[in-house]
Amino acid sequence: MPGTTLTKPEASSSQQYPASNGANKKTKGVSYSKWGYFFIAPFFLAFAVFSLVPLISTFYNSFFENYWVGLTQVGPRFVGLQNYSTLFSDGDLAAYAGNTAIIWLMGFLPQIIFSLLLAVWFTDLRLHLRAAGFFKTVIYLPNLIMAAAFSMLFFTLFSDSGPVNSILLSMGMESPYRFLANVWSTRGLVALMNFLMWYGNTTILLMAAILGIDTALFEAAEIDGATAFESFRKITLPLIRPILVYVLITSLIGGIQMFDVPQILTNGNGNPNRTSLTLVMYLNKHLFSENVGMAGAVSVLLFVVSAVLSVIVYFSIREKKQPKGGAGK
Amino acid sequence: MKSFQKATAALLASLMLVSSAGCGSNTTPASSAAPAGSSAPAANTDSAKTLRIYGWNTEFQDRFNTYFKDAGKLPEGINVEWVITPNENNAYQNKLDADLKAQDSAADKIDIFLIEADYALKYVDSDYTLDVKGDVGLTDDDLKDQYQYTKDIATDSNGKLKAVSWQATPGLFAYRRSIAKDILGSDDPAKVQQALSDWDKFNAVAKTAADKGYKMLSGYDDSYRTFANNITSPWVDANDTIHIDPIMMKWVDQTKEFTDKNYNNKTSLWAPEWGADQGPNGKVFGFFYSTWGINFTLLGNSLATPVAEGGKAEVGNGVYGDYAVCQGPANYYWGGSWICGAKGSDNVDLVRDVMKTLTCDAATMKKITEDTEDFTNNQTAMGELAKSDYKSAFLGGQNHIALFAEAAPKINMKNISKYDQGMTEEFQKAFKDYFDGNVTKDQALDNFYKAIIEKYPNLKRAS
Repeated sequence: MPGTTLTKPEASSSQQYPASNGANKKTKGVSYSKWGYFFIAPFFLAFAVFSLVPLISTFYNSFFENYWVGLTQVGPRFVGLQNYSTLFSDGDLAAYAGNTAIIWLMGFLPQIIFSLLLAVWFTDLRLHLRAAGFFKTVIYLPNLIMAAAFSMLFFTLFSDSGPVNSILLSMGMESPYRFLANVWSTRGLVALMNFLMWYGNTTILLMAAILGIDTALFEAAEIDGATAFESFRKITLPLIRPILVYVLITSLIGGIQMFDVPQILTNGNGNPNRTSLTLVMYLNKHLFSENVGMAGAVSVLLFVVSAVLSVIVYFSIREKKQPKGGAGK
Repeated sequence: MKSFQKATAALLASLMLVSSAGCGSNTTPASSAAPAGSSAPAANTDSAKTLRIYGWNTEFQDRFNTYFKDAGKLPEGINVEWVITPNENNAYQNKLDADLKAQDSAADKIDIFLIEADYALKYVDSDYTLDVKGDVGLTDDDLKDQYQYTKDIATDSNGKLKAVSWQATPGLFAYRRSIAKDILGSDDPAKVQQALSDWDKFNAVAKTAADKGYKMLSGYDDSYRTFANNITSPWVDANDTIHIDPIMMKWVDQTKEFTDKNYNNKTSLWAPEWGADQGPNGKVFGFFYSTWGINFTLLGNSLATPVAEGGKAEVGNGVYGDYAVCQGPANYYWGGSWICGAKGSDNVDLVRDVMKTLTCDAATMKKITEDTEDFTNNQTAMGELAKSDYKSAFLGGQNHIALFAEAAPKINMKNISKYDQGMTEEFQKAFKDYFDGNVTKDQALDNFYKAIIEKYPNLKRAS
């Protein structure tokens, strides 16, 4: 045990020296900074062509009435903010946003708890779990299946005459439980799938974060008599906060864009009674008539919401962290 | 250490060069060869030698291959290219629309595409279809034997015929003989028809069936078309306002009653459970099916061992032979495929030959019916078969062509609109929630309006 604590600082210090030497040498020579721009240029080019231009044209399109009825095109005709006012006056947008938020929370809460637990166990020096590599691979596996295929699988498993219902019937239930005809079972299935697909990924991220914490801290806490839970709450949690923020933001944006799983599970209808219709599924509904105006308006709103949420979450967690860190030191 | 790093870097760099050079030499000739081969002048001759056909399943392909190509009617040197896109989620129409819009500039022009009754008007009322008489060159004499309703559907607002069909699709009620004996005491089509001749009687039989442990129908959508085909005004009026015909609400009320009283099995059309209800383990009395549904879908579903798994379509395999048909409580039709000539086709003569052979030639059409039990669009040929001793083994020896021939002229197509497909899909979907007990009738209606206006933004709710 002490051996490990000794080698770590040594390794890190030995790495630091050559690095700083190299930096000193470089600053004397010619400036290579233009090569840096040169090397990152492909990304910005690709971003401009494939992301920035479509983004701007989405904003532009959202101000037009432009759709197809059968094989006849209506528009394009400039209508100002009419698409937005239609969106809000319908009053359904809030319901779809609510569906999205509920389903996301139903999946994310168990996901973050489960992932934290697993990450702590896998990295715990005292537990020293065997075959951690094997389990890490296994929990990541669901993420390798295409969401569409996964959803199709669940659709078959939980259909009225599917295997799950056969099991329930043979266990003595009188009539099959119609999972996809009930609000909470449908939402639950979507959340369950999102949870299964993403908890492995989150676990790996959190493990990386926890492994980045100096083990000396845990040992010191242990010597001082801290329980496992105390060291988790007072050491692990505060130190992995940046990664937690990252996980939260990416999951939030992923949640707002939730589409493939509920789309396939409910055949694009968001059944029952549109209670599992997410925002992007609603967006997709406008594509039947190639209604670029309305779809554009929905997209712009989604963009604004994701941007605002990201900014709020980012700053609310960062500001708490910095004064704390400063006070500690 | 340093020299090792340098060596690695050099190795990687040279690898990149080699691989990029490799890519270059691979792609350049290929990409330059393709345009050279299909450049402007060459493309025209290629396209004229290719008959390009768009469809959503292989039904027409089978007919075409058997009765046109294999019958030696395809000219030498003509290559037939099939573009088959499944109907699911509108995929077929999306593909077809995109390619039709690009028809003018396309190297391979679409020559023929198929359409269904539910959305026929969308294409019939557009400039993308050729006039069957004016452009393609069929005569009134060629078309005289076709059932009038098949021509009504495909006639545009200027009175031009834009598509022709090789089949007519009157609908009947297909019931299980064994169950009929149990609940009605007879499996004779005439007697069963007497017991089911209107909706009140139909509901009474449903109760008897339920009392004996059977289901009258399989699911929610089974009787939909028997109501929807008898609407008294089109779904959408001249001001783009949606009208829900009172008869549609009768379907809603009947289906709700059937669901609440357990007269049906709560399935949806085309769901696996629905198919299973038609098979050996099914407890369902009957299904509303039109012509193709009986020889294509119902027959397949009735077998215990599917043909694909080595089963034979014969008595003894599942419930083959246990079905029979009667007219049922209302006249209706379901489905049917029409052949359109695409505007801009460079094979118009060939399109005419295909249309003439498959939809006007009495001998070919009679043979199709004899071979496949499909009901073809030729009044003379069908009249002959109706009077003959033609028998369907699948229907326990019944001559169902006689019933179809009687039902086909009664079909009324006055009230179709180009929105019918969307209306049908969304009406069934919206009221599924009501039948499941998740929403009230008003909420379901509201959801229907929402969904339909998403699909067709130009439409308005009835105020």
